[in-house]
Amino acid sequence: MNRSADNRRVLFRLLVVAGLMFGFGYAMVPMYQKFCEVSGINNLLNPDDPLRNTQVDTSRKVTVEFDANLHGLPWNFKPGQTSVSVHPGELVHVVYRVSNTRNHPVTGQAIPSYGPQLAAAHFKKLECFCFSRQTLGPGESRDMPVVFVIDPALPKDVNTITLSYTFFEVAGTLAEPASKPIRPGV
Amino acid sequence: MEATHAHGAGHAHGDDHSHRPKGIMRWITTTNHKDIGTMYLWFSFAMFMVGGAMALIIRAELFQPGLQYVEPEFFNQMITLHGLIMVFGAIMPAFVGFANWMIPMMIGAPDMAFARMNNWSFWLLPPAGILLTASMFVPGGAAGTGWTLYPPLSIQMGIGMDMAIFAVHILGMSSIMGSINIVTTILNLRAPGMPLMRMPMFCWTWLITGYLLIAVMPVLAGAVTMILTDRHFGTSFFNAAGGGDPVLFQHIFWFFGHPEVYIIALPAFGVVSHVIPAFARKPIFGYTSMVYAIASIALISFIVWAHHMYVVGMPVAGQLYFMYATILIAVPTGVKVFNWVATMWRGSMTFETPMLFALGFLFLFTIGGFTGLVLSNTAVDVQLQDTYYVVAHFHYVMVAGALFSAFAAVYYWLPKWTGHMYDETLGQWHFWTSIVSFNIAFFPQHFLGLAGMPRRIPDYALQFTDFNQVSTVGAFGFGLSQLLFLYVVLKAIRGGEKAPAKPWEGATGLEWTLPSPPPYHSFEEPPVLTETKGHA
Repeated sequence: MNRSADNRRVLFRLLVVAGLMFGFGYAMVPMYQKFCEVSGINNLLNPDDPLRNTQVDTSRKVTVEFDANLHGLPWNFKPGQTSVSVHPGELVHVVYRVSNTRNHPVTGQAIPSYGPQLAAAHFKKLECFCFSRQTLGPGESRDMPVVFVIDPALPKDVNTITLSYTFFEVAGTLAEPASKPIRPGV
Repeated sequence: MEATHAHGAGHAHGDDHSHRPKGIMRWITTTNHKDIGTMYLWFSFAMFMVGGAMALIIRAELFQPGLQYVEPEFFNQMITLHGLIMVFGAIMPAFVGFANWMIPMMIGAPDMAFARMNNWSFWLLPPAGILLTASMFVPGGAAGTGWTLYPPLSIQMGIGMDMAIFAVHILGMSSIMGSINIVTTILNLRAPGMPLMRMPMFCWTWLITGYLLIAVMPVLAGAVTMILTDRHFGTSFFNAAGGGDPVLFQHIFWFFGHPEVYIIALPAFGVVSHVIPAFARKPIFGYTSMVYAIASIALISFIVWAHHMYVVGMPVAGQLYFMYATILIAVPTGVKVFNWVATMWRGSMTFETPMLFALGFLFLFTIGGFTGLVLSNTAVDVQLQDTYYVVAHFHYVMVAGALFSAFAAVYYWLPKWTGHMYDETLGQWHFWTSIVSFNIAFFPQHFLGLAGMPRRIPDYALQFTDFNQVSTVGAFGFGLSQLLFLYVVLKAIRGGEKAPAKPWEGATGLEWTLPSPPPYHSFEEPPVLTETKGHA
């Protein structure tokens, strides 16, 4: 019957639309990553562009406090210094110390966060252990560097910035190399 | 199984009762759009009672500050299940039920396009409802994330969360199949001589709602599948520890979630566009502009999702874009509201129960839309985000909007379905108790939100006590009023004054050319349309 063939054609087309939209939901994942990358939002796990023509602003000092947290990891994790006082524009090296208390290798990923939140845009990390996963062998200890510059454009009323890292255990990745880049959804 | 063939060509009206399975098998095997519509409506009412009971537990706990009756974990589960059950179990199936019952009769079709798939889309619902309610009794309890299922909490919860995810999958499949059926029916089965632009308005709203559902339910299915694989299969879509981003879920969820708002609202608009002309005894004002308004609301709903998440840390440019796009929705919505008002202008209005509910809808939905405009302003929303102001806003839209419209639809079509007039006095009592208790329950929540009371918290600061007590009293009044509704409906099913084919003087449309109740199989021969028929 002609009508049921018509019906089946509409059914087929609508099912294709539904299937495509299911795929679109997944396509939003790389689109979101790309959008964040292009617009510079949420750029936690990549090095920031080094500032060009940076003048060290010796007229002011900013206190940077360091914080370290663990989320379900059998590690010791501490900053090498509780705080430093720096000039905006100055290149600063600090160290975090981490050790694995277990007798088997464990992989973790550190996620940074900032207080106050608005300082995040002005805190440029050039090198950081949070840019890749870290695998620590049994009982291994490691000093991990962070190199950063505070953008002199930091608002004048911000005198203290807290940099806080939380290490999360990465499940099921014991054998993977520590330098593997982080791609969500993989 | 006989019933699957019952709508074949050449059947006479006389023999349709002879070979139908009796008892429970009739309902399990039925492919008749009227039977399936009835089952959708009863399922929806049952879920409405379950979700309502959960709401009353929430309101009882909030009657006083401090913790009285339930643990905070259980409170969170009630919040979550109340939302999921009311949205996916009560409101959406109710309007699919109306569509099943009325669309074939409105367009002069013998049944839905895919009668067996129709049976399947209904019978997927009870397992989903059972999964959701049973999840309360598993170790760890039901999902406690709120109906939005945001990670990271949704990645951490127990097995109840998995049950909620599977329930959402099943409900999504049911909705997609139901929508494909409705869209195909409307596109292919209209009686000869009924062009799209002369179709009843309820069919127009459902045609566009069907497309919305087909477009966004798969996106929700994808989002909850990602949560599922994050939970059990080591992916890191939303898991910050593996480099994922919880905010990504919010984007995907609200890409579904905002069109979902209009999936609920548009069929409600369709019902009101039938009831107001019928009781104002005038054709709908601005039919064409109504159709274009529905279509533009649907299109804009795809590009405004992030107004639900102004505070996730998006750039100012993004906030401004989503703010302006959201405010733009007020234009087509305003067109609809003014058209309804213009329909009543100089009409010969009478105020039977369906009209009262339609007017209640118009009045309270406009308030809900207005608070929505307030919330669309980023600067204001940063203050009001996650407060009771938001709760008040969406209950004005969902309850006084969609639910009141569903009540209007039931009272309007009940004589057609049952063949009996309902008790008009009790119906009007139901309206007045509902609208008064609704406002007692939800109007004070605006003040609570403005004063800063956060939503989804079982305890609150002392200064919020008075308004919370008023709200709780109203909520219990509203819940009790719905028992009156059940009584009125049962009474009309059991008997009452015989309803004529067209019980409402001003009603138009093909459904009123059939006797009340309509025969089990209607319009096996397509009706002949004249100039005056087939137009809402």
